[in-house]
Amino acid sequence: MIAKRIIPCLDVKNGRVVKGINFEGIQDVADPVEMAKYYNDTGADELVFYDITASHEGRSLFTDILKRTAAEVFIPLTVGGGIRDVSDFERVLSCGADKVSVNSGAIADPPLIERAARRYGDQCVVLSMDIKRVDGVFRLFAKGGRENTGIDALQWAHDGQERGAGELVVNSIDTDGVKKGFDLEMLSAIAERVSIPIIASGGAGCKEDFLTLFRQESRVDAGLAASIFHRKEVPIPVLKEYLAENGIPTRILKD
Amino acid sequence: MIAIIDYGVGNLYSLSHSLDYIGIENCITRDEAIIRSAEKMILPGVGAFGDARRKLTETGMDRLVVEKAKNGTPLLGICLGMQLLFEKSYEYGEHEGLKLLPGEICPLQQDLPGNLKVPHIGWNELKICRESPLTRYIREGDSVYYVHSYYAKGVGEKLVAASEYGVDVPGLVQKGNVFGAQFHPEKSGKVGLAILRAFGEVKGSC
Repeated sequence: MIAKRIIPCLDVKNGRVVKGINFEGIQDVADPVEMAKYYNDTGADELVFYDITASHEGRSLFTDILKRTAAEVFIPLTVGGGIRDVSDFERVLSCGADKVSVNSGAIADPPLIERAARRYGDQCVVLSMDIKRVDGVFRLFAKGGRENTGIDALQWAHDGQERGAGELVVNSIDTDGVKKGFDLEMLSAIAERVSIPIIASGGAGCKEDFLTLFRQESRVDAGLAASIFHRKEVPIPVLKEYLAENGIPTRILKD
Repeated sequence: MIAIIDYGVGNLYSLSHSLDYIGIENCITRDEAIIRSAEKMILPGVGAFGDARRKLTETGMDRLVVEKAKNGTPLLGICLGMQLLFEKSYEYGEHEGLKLLPGEICPLQQDLPGNLKVPHIGWNELKICRESPLTRYIREGDSVYYVHSYYAKGVGEKLVAASEYGVDVPGLVQKGNVFGAQFHPEKSGKVGLAILRAFGEVKGSC
């Protein structure tokens, strides 16, 4: 049986892991390579690295971190942040990424999804979406959740799959950083529209939130979180043991 | 030395680094002389079968790999690289494989119950069907990482280990010196490294 995946997300800026609360108030947490090794050793199923650097120096620091991580960590690595063209895919894939996450880049240039999928395969293209309710409608937001694009998020998810995205990251701005649980209503609405794997993001505060996620919405394949893992509020081995005890298929590391 | 066959398909960085990490000498190459002198070969690959098959022919790697494998050099195909070792694939049309293993590559979609997604992405447990040099350091129930939409059918007694995903998906296969892994050992943590280590210890017959 296939396991539900637990994915820590590392936001990297100027060579360090940081995590925003509601996309603001960034706080330094730790060294990305050390953190990636820690997660690999404690049973994370995948890692996501987001490059939130704007400067050229920051970008080269990021690719260096990626190379060092990929030389020591042998679980899937997804990389996002600043992916605007196929050349950006090439840049991070050549440093050891397995999948590439596109967000604002795909909003600015939707055929990018198709071009990348044709070149690297669907499995390589992860469409990441920041979604927020506006007057009761799920709207797609750009630029790290700051800008309402006016696009219907459910239609965008469906179109992304048609263009060749292999997986979706659904990040609820409404629940992000609030730690009151994943946005089940939003995730269900997306799951109605797509058949590719869905990674839930935004809102995890405790291990029970993951159990509720996988129990209530079986069409969700993975749960992603950052600060609760980085601060060791929810250690991954404890989380997985808990999910397994409650009948959720998980990958438990053996000695 | 293990030659990682470079025919322009996929990302070989992780595979090479995983071998480096466990101390197995390796080289990403399409150089005929280097491949001829290699003790073992790995055929990687991601993407579509037809495209990869054409690139294998264009680079001349198909003849070289088949010839060396038939002479007894241990060969490991990974993911699409494993699928290429079979007789035929039905991915976007009909394509001939390298015919080193019996069986055909068919779409998962038509054989799965409706609630299972394609591609089959993620960690799944291995059921070990028979002993093989590749299973030396792994155990029943160990998890490995899959990403694929097509799978091998008609493998018969060449099946070494399978994972349950609506159907029994062949995960590891072997016929003599020819091995295949549908999952990505280079992305399967310690279990994957253990399989690569075991392949590194396989003795060739030439």
